[in-house]
Amino acid sequence: MASRFWMVLATALWSLACVAELPAERQAQLRHLLSHDCGSCHGLRLTGGLGPPLTPTTLAGKDSPALATIIRHGVPGTPMPPWKAIISDEEARWLAEFMKGTSHDRSTGP
Amino acid sequence: MMTRRFPAFITVALLAANLGACSQVRGTGDLGIVVERAAGSVLVVETTHRRALAQVNGLGDLSHASAVYSRDARYAYVFGRDGGLTKIDVIEGRIDRRIVQAGNSIGGAISQDGSLVAVSNYEPGGVRIFDAESLAPVAEIPAVYDATGRRSKVVGLVDAPGRRFVFSLYDAGQIWIADLSTPSAPKIRKFANIGNKPYDALITPEGRYYVAGLYGEDGLALLDLWQPDRGVRRILPGYGRGEESLPVYKMPHMEGWAVAGDLAFVPAVGRHEVLVIDRNGWHERARIPVTGQPVFVMARPDAREVWVNFALPDNDTIQIIDVQTLAVSRTMRPGKAVLHMEFTPRGEQVWVSVRDENRVDVYDTASYEKLAALPADKPSGIFLAARAHRIGF
Repeated sequence: MASRFWMVLATALWSLACVAELPAERQAQLRHLLSHDCGSCHGLRLTGGLGPPLTPTTLAGKDSPALATIIRHGVPGTPMPPWKAIISDEEARWLAEFMKGTSHDRSTGP
Repeated sequence: MMTRRFPAFITVALLAANLGACSQVRGTGDLGIVVERAAGSVLVVETTHRRALAQVNGLGDLSHASAVYSRDARYAYVFGRDGGLTKIDVIEGRIDRRIVQAGNSIGGAISQDGSLVAVSNYEPGGVRIFDAESLAPVAEIPAVYDATGRRSKVVGLVDAPGRRFVFSLYDAGQIWIADLSTPSAPKIRKFANIGNKPYDALITPEGRYYVAGLYGEDGLALLDLWQPDRGVRRILPGYGRGEESLPVYKMPHMEGWAVAGDLAFVPAVGRHEVLVIDRNGWHERARIPVTGQPVFVMARPDAREVWVNFALPDNDTIQIIDVQTLAVSRTMRPGKAVLHMEFTPRGEQVWVSVRDENRVDVYDTASYEKLAALPADKPSGIFLAARAHRIGF
């Protein structure tokens, strides 16, 4: 529980910091990863599959740091793997924002 | 739509080939389709001259799409993620019929006699059965598994001899056999407590054994369809005992598993290993260390070799296992995101989709030389028409 507390605290502090914009090339890679690799379970259009839908509607009200934590650490007991070896915390937060559609227009995706 | 990835001259050439196909008599034994997952299209391909004959558009969301064939091997039934069921005429290179039958689907099967097409759905969880000719609805099997009416996602749907379909309930840990002798009134036999989270399944080539891979625990569930009264038995229980599971960035597949003589080869889940099962007694014979999380483990039709592709971050690689030594004999790197491999019926060629390179590569399986590279838009599954004549495909 203690480690979880620190993780939540760290995530909360991080959320206060300004997130630097990712390089355009990395953004393109992440959009590609989202459609094609996340998409193998969540659907190419993120409308769900073995994993839940990740559309702006279904993600509304969920905060980005929490979503980033799920992306980075996975969901134990489910097929959602921890992506921390491939996706940094900053990138996970960018992905969360991107999926929620709060800072990026989905129509610019691949 | 035709021009998305195809320069005009190729489109014209395809059109010409297409028109030519209409006026000429030909078989489908060397034809197949390649799914272009992002564009919602499929390519009709021909393996004799290793070329694309046509592109068929308008199939919807084809992430995780799969296909089966009519018994005359003229029509491919493509199961899309968005619940689309599209019947493609591979001779004429066009859509024959198309319906959207559910909200979210994962695959399908065709009955032994070719009269019924079954689709397994995530949403609403269950199986729907259609007339293979008209795609008219015939029956629905909701995967309700508790008193409150909850429905499970359905995975691992295969055809079994005797106009039956067998499938697994991901959320409920069950295997069901549906007997469609009377198509409008399916008789269901249910097996509960088969294991935690069956994620995919296969049927052995003779149609006797149904084997479900389990995601939620180390092991597989085995049902002998000749002796269903014996129930479902767990095999290879705890194959990863005491080891920490590695992240699985893509779910492995059981379909197209490899049976070579007495041995069966299946992907381990969360371990960088291919498991070798002795079919006499269904116990573990060996574990072969490989470079990553295996996704497809496919026997070359002569059963001399087993070809394996991988999940991220090793998805640029194919490894070949020598069935005699049970060791990796060759490692190839076709390119970024190798999604699927399909052997020609006698196994002299293998077609490999390399998604992020927008290419389908064809290799000679004796020399391992690349024979051809066909442009394709984000290719995923490759389904050759010879599947029409195989149980479970």
